[in-house]
Amino acid sequence: MSIVFQKPKFLTDAPTHYCPGCSHGIVHRLVAEALEAVGAEGHVVGVAPVGCAVFAYNYFNCDMQEAAHGRAPAVATGIKYTNPDNIVFAYQGDGDLASIGLAEIVHAAARGVNITVIFINNAIYGMTGGQMAPTTLLGQKATTCIYGRDAMLNGNPIKVSEMLATLDGPSYVERVSVADVPNIKKAKKAIEKAFRNQAEGKGFSFVEVLCACPTNWHMTPLQAVEYVKGDMTKIFPLGVFKEV
Amino acid sequence: MAEKKLMKGNEAIAEAAIRGGCRFYAGYPITPQNEIPEYMSWRLNEVGGHFVQAESEIAAINMVYGSAGAGGRAMTSSSSPGISLKQEGISYICGAELPCVIVNMVRSGPGLGGIQPAQCDYFQAVKGGGHGDYRMLVYAPNSVQECVNLMYDAYDKAEKYRLPVMMLGDGMLGQIMEAVELPPMKDPKTFPKKPWATTGEGIGKTRRIINSLYIVPDELEAMNKKLQKVYDEMAANETMVEEYKLDDAEIVLTAYGTVGRIVKSSVDLLREKGIKAGLIRPITVYPFPKDAFKRVGEMPCVKEIVAVELSTGQYIEDVKLYTECRKPVKFYGRSGGNVMSPEDVVDFVLKEVK
Amino acid sequence: MAKITISKNLCKGCGLCVEACPKKIMQVSKTVSNDKGYFVAECVDMSQCIGCAFCATTCPDCVITVEK
Repeated sequence: MSIVFQKPKFLTDAPTHYCPGCSHGIVHRLVAEALEAVGAEGHVVGVAPVGCAVFAYNYFNCDMQEAAHGRAPAVATGIKYTNPDNIVFAYQGDGDLASIGLAEIVHAAARGVNITVIFINNAIYGMTGGQMAPTTLLGQKATTCIYGRDAMLNGNPIKVSEMLATLDGPSYVERVSVADVPNIKKAKKAIEKAFRNQAEGKGFSFVEVLCACPTNWHMTPLQAVEYVKGDMTKIFPLGVFKEV
Repeated sequence: MAEKKLMKGNEAIAEAAIRGGCRFYAGYPITPQNEIPEYMSWRLNEVGGHFVQAESEIAAINMVYGSAGAGGRAMTSSSSPGISLKQEGISYICGAELPCVIVNMVRSGPGLGGIQPAQCDYFQAVKGGGHGDYRMLVYAPNSVQECVNLMYDAYDKAEKYRLPVMMLGDGMLGQIMEAVELPPMKDPKTFPKKPWATTGEGIGKTRRIINSLYIVPDELEAMNKKLQKVYDEMAANETMVEEYKLDDAEIVLTAYGTVGRIVKSSVDLLREKGIKAGLIRPITVYPFPKDAFKRVGEMPCVKEIVAVELSTGQYIEDVKLYTECRKPVKFYGRSGGNVMSPEDVVDFVLKEVK
Repeated sequence: MAKITISKNLCKGCGLCVEACPKKIMQVSKTVSNDKGYFVAECVDMSQCIGCAFCATTCPDCVITVEK
């Protein structure tokens, strides 16, 4: 017998602080598997966000920089232009990327800087206790829209992948989910492609991952992944939005 | 008619702001003040106000600039890193002479720092923070009730002087729950008119312009002199300080905010040990209670002053400045989110001062 | 022939592996808990394991190692 599945080497041994059933752990592993697949060892730098994944620098087994809230794409740009041969990635949540960091991600994408951005969309602000996110669905409850998100009072959710795909800068934009095993396998392929693109010099690559937040959605992990598969995927359809 | 309730600091501040007239709030989640936007998100609707969870702290302060410029009673809140983001907006608000309320629930820094209480934003709050020659009226409450009392009249003060009122709290104040007496809701019809606000009616000579751009140096200098006169008037009328057991004090402890409360207990503990300790607790950190410190500098019984703060030494600089270096000033501080106990301060005094 | 090894102390008892297993041989124990107080996942009949690694694929905490 030989090992067919184990923890990848680009993840440290540190147990994570994420809640039971949180999708962060799955996506961390997919990123680590992708880094191994493209042979990134010895020349990779990641940028951690402000959000539940703020401690990502403890989990990814490579050089990491912590960025101010929303600024990860800018920080990644600085890192990439300093050592262009390095694989550089930014890992961000929906507050980080789609709220305060909207200018940074749009300009990094338009600039076409050759980095990989992984966008964790769980439609809520996890770390700060469950406030509304730019991707919170209409009708979804959060601590700053306790009666459910209302278009008049709280605006509409933002579809980042569709938006970035309108720009000439990106080389690859795809939305995936990690709600079940078939989806996780597709997400794995997309994330690996986003890193391979960078290794091959193809330019800005972006993968949006629909994720579960059982704690702040007030659901069990199993209920939460059903919400991703159902309601979330209806508003945020999966698929490739741009591929050069 | 006062109402008594057990409330969390953050929530009491929000409720007091609304009772004081706040009808527009823009903010962004950041620990440890999240309860303020969360409370505002449902409470403002109930009084016909408007809440926006802004995309960032920068957007939020600019929304406040907009609302205040249009004559509204607007508020934003954040914690240290978010207040850093607001600095440009604050400078603009001061340059345009707009009234508003800004709450900072200080957390430990620098950088992303920690989420526990600190007082390391003193310089940022009273020495500028943003660019240009401006000041704000900065309150440093030490209890949830004091937050409520100061917040209730904050808009009246802000509008009298046409500048921001900042509530300089900390993570502890935002999170503790205390019994508070809530004052009655103010009637917006009683609020003074704002002839300078962009209410939309102006045309030709009656247009109102909210602006901080003064491209002609003489005009900008005149503007700056005008602002300085306002700050002088504010210093004459709004300075607030608490003096406790000061008349015969030999050791004067000084601290603001929740540390002021901690140190008050230390004064009592020291008195029990036969040490004549006293306390100066600024309630406004700008305008600084200069007279209180000048007096202490002149009191022959005072041997030493100890500045106590949750920082590596910011407030102490003003303590030294305004005692005009006539008495030795020692420093006792904790940082990183650690908070001293009353006994810690007592131990320090016993070891380092007597 | 296949088997899985579960690192009990990393498991948070989320139950995603239970749902993912096509042979339905995973469960969250009602009696075995770890140092953090989580009831942990366990395989009730290893002889049925086909080494598909669906459990490990869906596990957010890299708790499961699969051998075939």
